Amino acid sequence: MGADFIIAAIITVVGLTTPILLAGIGELVVEKSGVLNLGVEGMMLTGAISGFAVTVITGNPWAGVIGAAIGGALASLLFAVLVLQLNSNQVATGLALTIFGTGLSSLLGLSFTGRIVAPFLSVFPASLSADPILKVIFGYSPIVYFALLMVPLTAWFLKSTRAGLILRAVGENDLSAHSIGYSVRRVRYAAIAFGGAMAGIGGCYFSLVITPMWAEKMTAGRGWIALALVVFAGWRMGRLLAGAYFFGILMALELYAKASGFSFLPSQFWAAMPYIMTVVALSFISSRGTAGANAPACLGKPFLPST
Amino acid sequence: MTKISRRTLMKGAGAIATASVIGKPALAADKLKIGFIFLGPIGDYGWTWAHNKGREAVEAALGDKVETIYVENVAEDASAIPQIRDLAQQGCKLIFTTSYGYMDQTIQVAGEFKDVKFEHCTGFKRADNVSTYNSKFHEGRAVLGTIAGKQSKSGTLGYLGSFKVPEVVLGVNSFTLSAQRQNKDAKVKLVMIDSWFDPPKEAAATETLINLGCDIVTTHTDSPAALQTLEQKGLHGFGQGADMSSFAPNAHLTAILDIWGPYYIARAQAMLDGKWASTDTWWGFKEGTVQIAPYGKDVTKDAAAAADKVQAGYKDGSFNIFTGPIYAQDGTLKVKDGEVMKDADLATIDWFVKGVESAS
Repeated sequence: MGADFIIAAIITVVGLTTPILLAGIGELVVEKSGVLNLGVEGMMLTGAISGFAVTVITGNPWAGVIGAAIGGALASLLFAVLVLQLNSNQVATGLALTIFGTGLSSLLGLSFTGRIVAPFLSVFPASLSADPILKVIFGYSPIVYFALLMVPLTAWFLKSTRAGLILRAVGENDLSAHSIGYSVRRVRYAAIAFGGAMAGIGGCYFSLVITPMWAEKMTAGRGWIALALVVFAGWRMGRLLAGAYFFGILMALELYAKASGFSFLPSQFWAAMPYIMTVVALSFISSRGTAGANAPACLGKPFLPST
Repeated sequence: MTKISRRTLMKGAGAIATASVIGKPALAADKLKIGFIFLGPIGDYGWTWAHNKGREAVEAALGDKVETIYVENVAEDASAIPQIRDLAQQGCKLIFTTSYGYMDQTIQVAGEFKDVKFEHCTGFKRADNVSTYNSKFHEGRAVLGTIAGKQSKSGTLGYLGSFKVPEVVLGVNSFTLSAQRQNKDAKVKLVMIDSWFDPPKEAAATETLINLGCDIVTTHTDSPAALQTLEQKGLHGFGQGADMSSFAPNAHLTAILDIWGPYYIARAQAMLDGKWASTDTWWGFKEGTVQIAPYGKDVTKDAAAAADKVQAGYKDGSFNIFTGPIYAQDGTLKVKDGEVMKDADLATIDWFVKGVESAS
């Protein structure tokens, strides 16, 4: 096991982790504002096709990433109108968003099936990005660095800015926030749109970087892993980053174990691992008596002001 | 959770597809109406795409005498039953259910419609009005294995599988034995990804196999993800189910093509002639249901010649890769020297040959 081997394995883990990390950051902010959006998978698919389509049309992957963010945000706003204006059930509406996003992306993708774009890889000079050792730091798509940058930025926003404090207040007690004059709906619209944009960018990591093409349902369930990740992280940004890489390592371990002829666990068990670990983490949090200490108190509840 | 949502979606998609089918104008009574149940979308550039090409071939060959309808995205669960029944109720007299997971559903609906003939792809349950059919894709795998064995520098080949079902096991064995005829030390590292379609996992598994020393990776999963990864690394692989060279112009050595047209035309013709009977059909190179895409530019002359020989051998019946001696993974002799495995044994195979490194 030389350095080459470990570096190649790390690169695989980063590839597996980045999309769920991006979608997880977005969903964490949405949930912190008191909204549960189960439509992550649908928003990722919408982002994947939007990003791919814009890249094909403009030839510019940067524009593609922006397109993915806009596509994901637009899809999430549909959800926002339903749950914020019409007070529809968030769980049911979120599931509907996943179904809608899957269908919409298939429809939009009809004329893009079978086409390819150049993969959106490292923008560093080849002396860094193709160096056998240094590529472990410089050899990634800009989206990877963006995801890593968004972790501290979002954590700082939530913890240390006024806007972040308002967002958390809305998520903890919407009626109080409302009574002192904050617009609960406006804050939640913004949070949901941010969540959609991040899921969209996570989705375009599939269609622009991992497999630069469009195929129906190409995210293959990663949106659900991102949802589990937020719970696993206990709504903490640092733990979200660690959890995303933990899940990524688990997914890579499954493949390495199989390819090496290791068979001590059935493969279905590996596939279920992220969910099992989430349940374990939840039980652990509960057993410490701080159950849901970090879960936003208004999570999933409709906002019904008396006035 | 994923599964539930996908099923829900598929039902929705199926309902939409059915609705559009119902909307078609009624047709003349003397036309033979043929129905198709498809697993994926017809634009998947793989399994369903190939079956749809077969459907189009029937329309092209028999013209006015037939009318075909199809339903896409039908899940391999109980929800397939009403979809199949619906085709029968719309007057289809011949119905092809084109995936293994429709087996029991097909048998059940066939029991309700005795005057309708059913054809189930890749299954093994038959009835008076239910035939089964399959294609010998493993013959194509022998061609891929031959090229891989000739061209691999490391002698370590990668293989992405879906599930441990006979069709996949046969492909792995055929590929491995063929590679070993060119390079007796060739090894095949096998990863089952527990899905027919999961591009990010296929890509990650390909990276893993490359990192473990494979320089050629072949797939029995449906997306071009592996080829795209190989293209980026400057390595080689094969298309699955269709020519995928447009996804990876340099990495694409060749591909197995699923050609269902000849079979579908023959069965439709048998219906028109009133000669349809329940059978079990397993065609291959000889009958034209398995074909090989044009060789890519990186296929060497040597490899192309050896691959052509395998194809010619299958076409004239002089070659069969499952000719003994064949040893299982653990070294036990499974097929004696000079003996040829029977189709019935191939169809139920559940062991890998020596040289396959796998977790199951």
